[in-house]
Amino acid sequence: MVDILTIKNLQVEFDYHNSRIPAVKDISLTIPQGRTVALVGESGSGKSVTAQAIMQILPKKAQITQGSIRFNDPESGNSTEIVSLDPMSKQIRSIRGGRISMIFQEPMVSLSPVHTVGNQISEAVLLHRDVNKSEALKLSEDMLDRVGFPDPKRAIDTYPFELSGGLRQRAMIACALVCRPAILIADEPTTALDVTIQAQILKLISDMQSELNMAVLLITHDLGVVANVANEVVVMYHGQIMESGIIEDIFRNPSHPYLKALIKAIPHFDMKPDERLTPVRNIESSVGELLRMEPAKELPANRVHLEVRDISKSFRIKNNPIFKKVEVPEIKAVSGIGFEVHRGECFGLVGESGCGKTTLSKILMKALSPDEGNVIYYDKTSKKGIDILALEGDDLFQFRRKMQFIFQDPFSSLNPRMTVFDIIREPLLIHEIGDIDYQREFVKELVRVVGLDPRFLNRYPHSFSGGQRQRLGIARALALKPDFVICDEPVSALDVSIQAQILNLLKDLRTELGLTTIFITHNLAVVKYIADRVGVMCRGRLVEIADRDSLFENPVHPYTKALLGAVPHPDLAKPLDFDSTLESQASEPKSWSAPFRSQESVSLQLQEIKQGHSVLMEV
Amino acid sequence: MRTHYVSEAPFDPHSVEKLTPEQEKLYLASQWQLMWLKLKQHRLAVGSSIVLAIIYFMALFCEFLSPYNLHTRHTDYIYAPPQQVHLFHDGSFVGPFVYGYNYQLNMENLKREYTSDTQNIQKLRFFCRGDEYKFWGLVETDVHFVCPASDGYLFLFGTDRLGRDMYSRILYGAKISLTIGLVGIALSFVLGIVIGGIAGYFGGLIDNIIQRLIEILRSFPELPLWMALSATLPVTWSPILVFFGITLILALLDWTGLARAVRSKLLSLREEDYCTAAQLMGAKPKRIIGRHLLPGFMSHLIASASLSIPGMILGETALSFLGLGLRPPITSWGVLLNEAQNINVVALYPWLMLPVVPVIIVILAFNFLGDGLRDAADPYK
Repeated sequence: MVDILTIKNLQVEFDYHNSRIPAVKDISLTIPQGRTVALVGESGSGKSVTAQAIMQILPKKAQITQGSIRFNDPESGNSTEIVSLDPMSKQIRSIRGGRISMIFQEPMVSLSPVHTVGNQISEAVLLHRDVNKSEALKLSEDMLDRVGFPDPKRAIDTYPFELSGGLRQRAMIACALVCRPAILIADEPTTALDVTIQAQILKLISDMQSELNMAVLLITHDLGVVANVANEVVVMYHGQIMESGIIEDIFRNPSHPYLKALIKAIPHFDMKPDERLTPVRNIESSVGELLRMEPAKELPANRVHLEVRDISKSFRIKNNPIFKKVEVPEIKAVSGIGFEVHRGECFGLVGESGCGKTTLSKILMKALSPDEGNVIYYDKTSKKGIDILALEGDDLFQFRRKMQFIFQDPFSSLNPRMTVFDIIREPLLIHEIGDIDYQREFVKELVRVVGLDPRFLNRYPHSFSGGQRQRLGIARALALKPDFVICDEPVSALDVSIQAQILNLLKDLRTELGLTTIFITHNLAVVKYIADRVGVMCRGRLVEIADRDSLFENPVHPYTKALLGAVPHPDLAKPLDFDSTLESQASEPKSWSAPFRSQESVSLQLQEIKQGHSVLMEV
Repeated sequence: MRTHYVSEAPFDPHSVEKLTPEQEKLYLASQWQLMWLKLKQHRLAVGSSIVLAIIYFMALFCEFLSPYNLHTRHTDYIYAPPQQVHLFHDGSFVGPFVYGYNYQLNMENLKREYTSDTQNIQKLRFFCRGDEYKFWGLVETDVHFVCPASDGYLFLFGTDRLGRDMYSRILYGAKISLTIGLVGIALSFVLGIVIGGIAGYFGGLIDNIIQRLIEILRSFPELPLWMALSATLPVTWSPILVFFGITLILALLDWTGLARAVRSKLLSLREEDYCTAAQLMGAKPKRIIGRHLLPGFMSHLIASASLSIPGMILGETALSFLGLGLRPPITSWGVLLNEAQNINVVALYPWLMLPVVPVIIVILAFNFLGDGLRDAADPYK
């Protein structure tokens, strides 16, 4: 095997307020022709910086201080030292995009919204090949066909916003591959995509790889993806390589404590019911006296804690009424959703992006009002429920104390201009709970509950990592002592190494405080770890509800099956079945087999097929 | 076969969470401290703020720093040109002094011509007694920083048609010209935040109405509108009332830009999760705007305010220049420039244009400072 790219003792440093911080420390790795090398690590481990160094697109503040990156072009046989090239020079520009291409995480922002797909792909050709415009368009069309566009002729003239996320990423790949590069650098290419699409894109990348005999440098944090597509793995941590080797060595015989810890921290389908994840960095959480609720003297009056009845909500795209009235079709975000959440349980809500799970969570919190339906909350002591959606004014204000929300994005959910103390104290101030001394004590206790040091209280949120911020968000949600918490994708923005920490924390808090939770996520392994019962959503409808074990052991609905089949396992013994996922359009209701197929003539309803297991099917 | 490499280096899972002392210092810093750190790197802005500080300081102590009072007339020295300050006479050191003037009227073009009398050496005095004034309207005193020789004169920037010292008048004028910008901006700030805040937070119909109103206001040509409004100020008003009237007019037309900035910033911040979080905690709109949203764009507002102070100063100058703004005895740079309206006078006595110089300096300084503030306004980016 020929090594196309050889990195030796690479060191990259960043200027940071007059001091220099190394982002990549003395790493060496090689990328052989026709193979896939996976670069694995949490955010901030230096994996993206390495890729940027190879492409010479480092930010201004960064500098390569030592080492070499040698590129041996298999086509021309030339050998180039990339580090010595000026980032603006002609040589690097001919390599960049021509011989080494890159695809990014977010296909929406890496494609220009004002140019057609054909235009963008042929631009790459025109820059690197000696062809005229029509030849370039021909090549682009050919490429679009190869990456799986159903109608490449039409796709040439479409704009990126007309395409779905999966097709956009395909267009991005076409753009990167049209010049037949020797190396493709894929920076988290599937992180922003749904699992069913992810499997298709991974399959596409490996197909194109064998067709063009190119090397792939895959940057990812998902060991499941790595196990399915990589030949060699490099594990990075804090700018250094912890372990590297061929895939079998890495997964069968992980040796470095970091890799071992990482593997132990990922939830997977084969966990025993009460098996606990071991986070890479453990946190000490302790619930103190102020937060602990008084034990209930009598049994709760009602087993059901929250009842959702027939929620529907559609959005209308705003049109401009001044010039002409256009009939705009309504978009049904959620339709006919109904389920119950029992006291003290964790109800998992799973679905891909755009399935309406966030809309639903906002409706439950009365941050959005539905077109129809009710949400009934049952207090511990009274048999009569509270209709949340009918609450107004002071009643709503009082109700806020019972139900709280944990956000997905730990960066946007904390006000950067308030200290941690002010952020967590805010709910107490709003509800005028206690005097300043009590509040100070209580905030300290809350911070300890989520395993942070009370000395951090006068710091600002920007000084915390994503996981620490998410813990602060949890502390804030607990400040009002709610008994019901909705968690909207609380771990999907976090590294796998942090994920286990948060999951364990939420799990512990649930049992210690007797919380009822709704846990919204797209990650099936996470839901299997944390939820008692699970509802699967697709296209605004609930397609299957069951308790955890029956759902994972005996999925009935075709969408649930497809979803389960598309999850990549961090286990070499369980490779993805690419063939079945590639063709199917699992999230398209029309493709479901009878009796699940959605047709005009028949109405679908949730039907109980077994005690506690309902599936959306024909009546 | 490729080798299986395992790092031998000691491994600490917490090493990524450890902070260097520099980071620690930065992480304890509040938004304003971070802004200050960033502003300090903008040299032009720092320089401008020093210049502005000096000019405001001079305006504050104008009575003390000027050699004469605002209205002191020297009837023998009408339209006298600026005097030069010398240090040496005939090669020997004398200390700061000016030469006296010989006056003669050019009968051809009726120009008053002054020639320096090199025999008449008038040594300047410092911390001396001169015209009496009431310092800040409180203390009666006659101490000046600099005065002419006891029987001489000192016209650093020349004199005007009544023989009044231009240098003293420019210093006095600074007080009005510089405060009108600040008072005006304070007024338009309040208007902008309230109106823009309402538009941005509630959105919908209210937003629509306010936006259209702003567009209508903005579509008027500014100068004629100012003129029309200031023409409505009653002639019977005392000069001080006119001053506030003019400030009000300038502010009433200036808030639109700020209101738009507030609205667009609110619209984007409203989508942030921390705002939703406050809502879900039960916070009322007033608290959400005041406590969660306002601090988020206060820095932007200060930046855009400092960029609109020059507009105010220029507006006042333009109005007064046209004779529709402030009236004597209130003196601003615009009122001083009113004297320079006649091109004949300017051709003969160009130093009457001198008040333009501080106007340009102040406006540039505010623009540079605003630019730096705008760059520093979002320290988290």
